[in-house]
Amino acid sequence: MNTINEKDNLLNNKIEYNSKDKNFYFEPGVIIAKADELFSWARKSSLWQLTFGLACCAIEMMSTSASNYDFDRFGVIPRPSPRQADVMIVSGTVTLKMASRIKILYEQMSEPKYVISMGSCATCGGPYWQHGYHVLKGVDRIIPVDVYVPGCPPRPEALLDGLITLQKKIEKEYLLKEKNDNKRNI
Amino acid sequence: MTIKEIFDLLKNRFENIKIYIEKFEVGEEYIVVSPDALKQILQEIRNNPRLHFDYLMCISSVDDANGEIKKDENGNKIIKGGTLSLYYHLYSTTRNHKIAIKTSVDRENPAVPTAIDLWKSADWHEREAFDMMGIKFEGHPNLKRILMPYDWNAGFPLRKDFITPEYYNDLKIPY
Amino acid sequence: MMNEAYNLEYKSLKKEGDSEIMILNMGPQHPSTHGVLRLELKVNGEIIEEVIPHIGYLHRCFEKHAEACNYQQVIPYVDRMDYLSSMYNDFGYAIAVEKLLGIEIPERVEYIRIIMGEFQRIASHLVAIGTFGLDVGSFTPFLYCFRDREKILTLFEKTCGARLLYNYIWPGGVSHDLYPEFKNDALNFLKEFKRNLKDLEILLVENKIFIERTAGIGVLPENIAINYAASGPMIRGSGIPYDIRKIEPYGIYDRFEFNIPVGEGMMGKKGDCWDRFYVRYLEILESIKIIEQALDSLPDGNVFEKLPKKIKPKKGIVYSRVESPRGELGFFIISDGSDKPFRIKVRAPSFVNLSILPEIAKGCFIADLVAILGSIDIVLGEVDR
Repeated sequence: MNTINEKDNLLNNKIEYNSKDKNFYFEPGVIIAKADELFSWARKSSLWQLTFGLACCAIEMMSTSASNYDFDRFGVIPRPSPRQADVMIVSGTVTLKMASRIKILYEQMSEPKYVISMGSCATCGGPYWQHGYHVLKGVDRIIPVDVYVPGCPPRPEALLDGLITLQKKIEKEYLLKEKNDNKRNI
Repeated sequence: MTIKEIFDLLKNRFENIKIYIEKFEVGEEYIVVSPDALKQILQEIRNNPRLHFDYLMCISSVDDANGEIKKDENGNKIIKGGTLSLYYHLYSTTRNHKIAIKTSVDRENPAVPTAIDLWKSADWHEREAFDMMGIKFEGHPNLKRILMPYDWNAGFPLRKDFITPEYYNDLKIPY
Repeated sequence: MMNEAYNLEYKSLKKEGDSEIMILNMGPQHPSTHGVLRLELKVNGEIIEEVIPHIGYLHRCFEKHAEACNYQQVIPYVDRMDYLSSMYNDFGYAIAVEKLLGIEIPERVEYIRIIMGEFQRIASHLVAIGTFGLDVGSFTPFLYCFRDREKILTLFEKTCGARLLYNYIWPGGVSHDLYPEFKNDALNFLKEFKRNLKDLEILLVENKIFIERTAGIGVLPENIAINYAASGPMIRGSGIPYDIRKIEPYGIYDRFEFNIPVGEGMMGKKGDCWDRFYVRYLEILESIKIIEQALDSLPDGNVFEKLPKKIKPKKGIVYSRVESPRGELGFFIISDGSDKPFRIKVRAPSFVNLSILPEIAKGCFIADLVAILGSIDIVLGEVDR
């Protein structure tokens, strides 16, 4: 991209930044955009996750955070405390003994908060749906879920796809539109 | 030493205790003891210098399901009478031989003396046998549930006539 | 909804007249408990008086599922118990069922099983070493270990299609044969891996801060280790050479030459956290030796010859044990002549090793407790089954 002719063009003209984000355009030093879209872009690009691995899917989540399929380039950092986290990735089987603790953790996170349900066990009980007397068949029986990622366990690329879907969902939210409106437009 | 030699040694030492060897068509053979004589046999195999079983590998609890099968008012299967069994697997690190011992207790009132003063590894195994099958161990200092929640009151899960309850504390269990 | 459970669980905490003891809860969600484990600590200032572990937060009813499925359908459930070394779980189960059936398996299958098992041991020890370093505070070895582990997972993925839970070793054989370039890929990986291990040695094994954090902490004496039935690197770190691959060889382990690394108290006392960690590091080197010997003498053959269509063993009882990366994994299977097992009981190594924690953690600081828990190397899927 950086040949000498194109560099001259950049310095002298106003050009479109990226064909997808049509609403940002800049001269060097100045960005003009709508406030809502700027805030959505800032919020979706730095989602801090709560370290919450339960079972086998937690190992794939750790692999996603490691260097091969990096999570950090999307702005996702693991934080141990729910007060400092934005997104909770429920990875693994939810049992009845653990269900009340998940509810407490979800209520301790501060708004706006999101939940990704990773793997087959958190979505619907997984391979333990038939005779599991101690397995909760799906984490959406106790907390509201935004994105479901299927797989047993899902590949790291599938989890990154789930994160990008969540980012697309956050893009469409309006924080400032009307003070009395509901925060999420869905 | 083979299992036959160990069995002969025990039989000569304790003449008035009923023990015998059992073996099916495939698999391993094991020694069968009644629950009253269990503690004596376990003490002997640990303290005898020729046997010296100092490593308790595993205690397993089994529901034999050999009683009468009846149906209760909802059509569910209930088993009355019959036995529950316990299998002790032991190994000796100095003599390099292993053994399996079986006892059977009544299904209605299962009680067995504890082995925690001989091998400390029996602690959590006995708690699990109590949790899953309902066998009580007399003399255990802390016999509580270990895998199920502490206020689970819907029975013992690994029995053959266990029925999954509908609700636990407002959480719906079946799919 | 939670009041009943809370009253029963926390009733033991009220203690009259003791004003110095504080009760601290390292709850199920914690960055250093390696999963969902709850530790109840009674501390006096910073020093721990008593530790009570509470488990069962991942109890997934494996034994009930095993009574409702065929012998072949149980294998995916067996995978998911110790999810960091699922090849070895399959291996242990396959050996137990083959003892019940009494069949002989082809030579090539034996060699493939050992190669896959030892690669799985290397991958599992890399996770153990990486997360142990992460608990104690060093972040870089974690990334290096996961980078090498990804290459092993690529080898597995090219063979059988899965990255973490393989469903590969079946009673009677394996599910897929090795792909044609497996031997070259494996030897290239091992050559590169031996160079990368030197980096790990400088970063972690000889690191002064790491040695100060882990040497002399959590000492496990020999007689307590045997009485509590510890196994795996826990008992080998205390100086006892107890390895099932040498005592009661299964498969064809008696054809290979390898040593058993044993803790000697090089940096502190014998049986401390550093010894257990160093035993795991040396076991990686031994596994590389076994894989190279096995790849040298890999015979040809058909791996699907002896795969039974329907498994229906006669009545019998078997208890067979293997040396998984965490210790002695035992399967106790009772069959009653039908095609579904009557009872499967799993003797999980982490379940028994975790019961030693209250004994060796008395009198240490809270920061040391994290190091001790990391050196025991538990996997909660196995503890709770």
